[in-house]
Amino acid sequence: MPSLIDIRRRIRSVKNTQQITKAMKMVSAAKLRRAQDRVIAARPYAAMLRKVLADVAGAVAALDQPVENPLLAQREERRTLLVLITGDKGLAGAFNTNLIKGAQRFAAERAGATVTFELIGRKGRDFFRKRGAAIAGDHIGLAAKVAYADTAAIAHQAMDLFRNDEIDAVYLLYNEFKSVMAQRLTITRVLPVAMPEQSAPADFIFAQPPAEMLGRLLPRYVEMEFYRALLESAAAEHAARMTAMDSATSNAAEMIEKLTLYMNRVRQASITKEIIEVVSGAAAGE
Amino acid sequence: MPELIELEVATPERQLVHEDVAEVQVPGKDGELGILPGHAPLLSELGCGTLSYPVAGRRRYLAILGGFLEVLPGHIRVLADAAERAEEIDLERARADLRRAEEQLASQAPDADPAASLAAMERAQARVLAAEQR
Repeated sequence: MPSLIDIRRRIRSVKNTQQITKAMKMVSAAKLRRAQDRVIAARPYAAMLRKVLADVAGAVAALDQPVENPLLAQREERRTLLVLITGDKGLAGAFNTNLIKGAQRFAAERAGATVTFELIGRKGRDFFRKRGAAIAGDHIGLAAKVAYADTAAIAHQAMDLFRNDEIDAVYLLYNEFKSVMAQRLTITRVLPVAMPEQSAPADFIFAQPPAEMLGRLLPRYVEMEFYRALLESAAAEHAARMTAMDSATSNAAEMIEKLTLYMNRVRQASITKEIIEVVSGAAAGE
Repeated sequence: MPELIELEVATPERQLVHEDVAEVQVPGKDGELGILPGHAPLLSELGCGTLSYPVAGRRRYLAILGGFLEVLPGHIRVLADAAERAEEIDLERARADLRRAEEQLASQAPDADPAASLAAMERAQARVLAAEQR
């Protein structure tokens, strides 16, 4: 039977752990709120961009000659770039595991084609680097403060690869923030660009030729897809960590309760034993 | 009661303006554009400059650094690559940035890309102009 001191020591250690998990939960909750605000703040621009692109697409479709744009080129998908957005840190439940599993499944489904990885986040990078996967590039420390310029730079690398005919398609794999309790593994194809539904062609005056405008709008659209994915992922990561740390905190509380009960039982047993010893000693002395 | 148009200004990071205005001045790529209610549908790229619109007897100014403009009947969408309200700009720092950009352009350092220096100067100019208007 463990001694009282041993049990006390264990209780203290569990309490310390609980304090850490509780603090981490609180930090994640605060960060989550900020991340959520940023997701919401990015929405108006994304919505407007989609509408403008739809209008330009409508106007371009009404033109006599078809408009070619390298970002719209449909090719057979033999070389795919998978942009995987994981977290930089662990302790977020199944957040990173699900992503990595999803990426492996994605690669396995395309057994005949080559899949190259662009890895955003330390967890994904470490995993695929160890396994010697084909990696186009990696980016660490972005999720802590998602900046549009950084994201745009990554999007441009992917667009250059696509334009130079080095890859045939680009996919984004990330966790979408659904609610605080749930993240949804999302995979979207960003290149070639799937144009939004064309709106009814209004009689627009074009200050610049429509094809030229389309050429400038499309990269912005791709950048925005990357940016939105990163923001979603950051919010989802904080939510996942908050949930994980919440359950860790309540698990610790449960454990403390159990240990305390056990400790009291041990203490009582030892007191009973001592009483018996005293009584039987006295009885023997009579 | 004058006729109003809905004006929306947003950057990828946030929405700056969403209100009904009587008129708006926008920095188009090929020059300033004034848009009144009833304007024909228009699509244009934006240059660097100041966007302004009247609110309660005063004009409000924004620095716009490139982007896109769409004018629809009763609706204006401004998709700025970057934008700031005049009140948010630190005038002293904006002026210092402008001076630095001008020097860089004048010095013509061999490693500097003149187009990039010029774009930097235009951006700095737009910010100073907007900040001075407040």
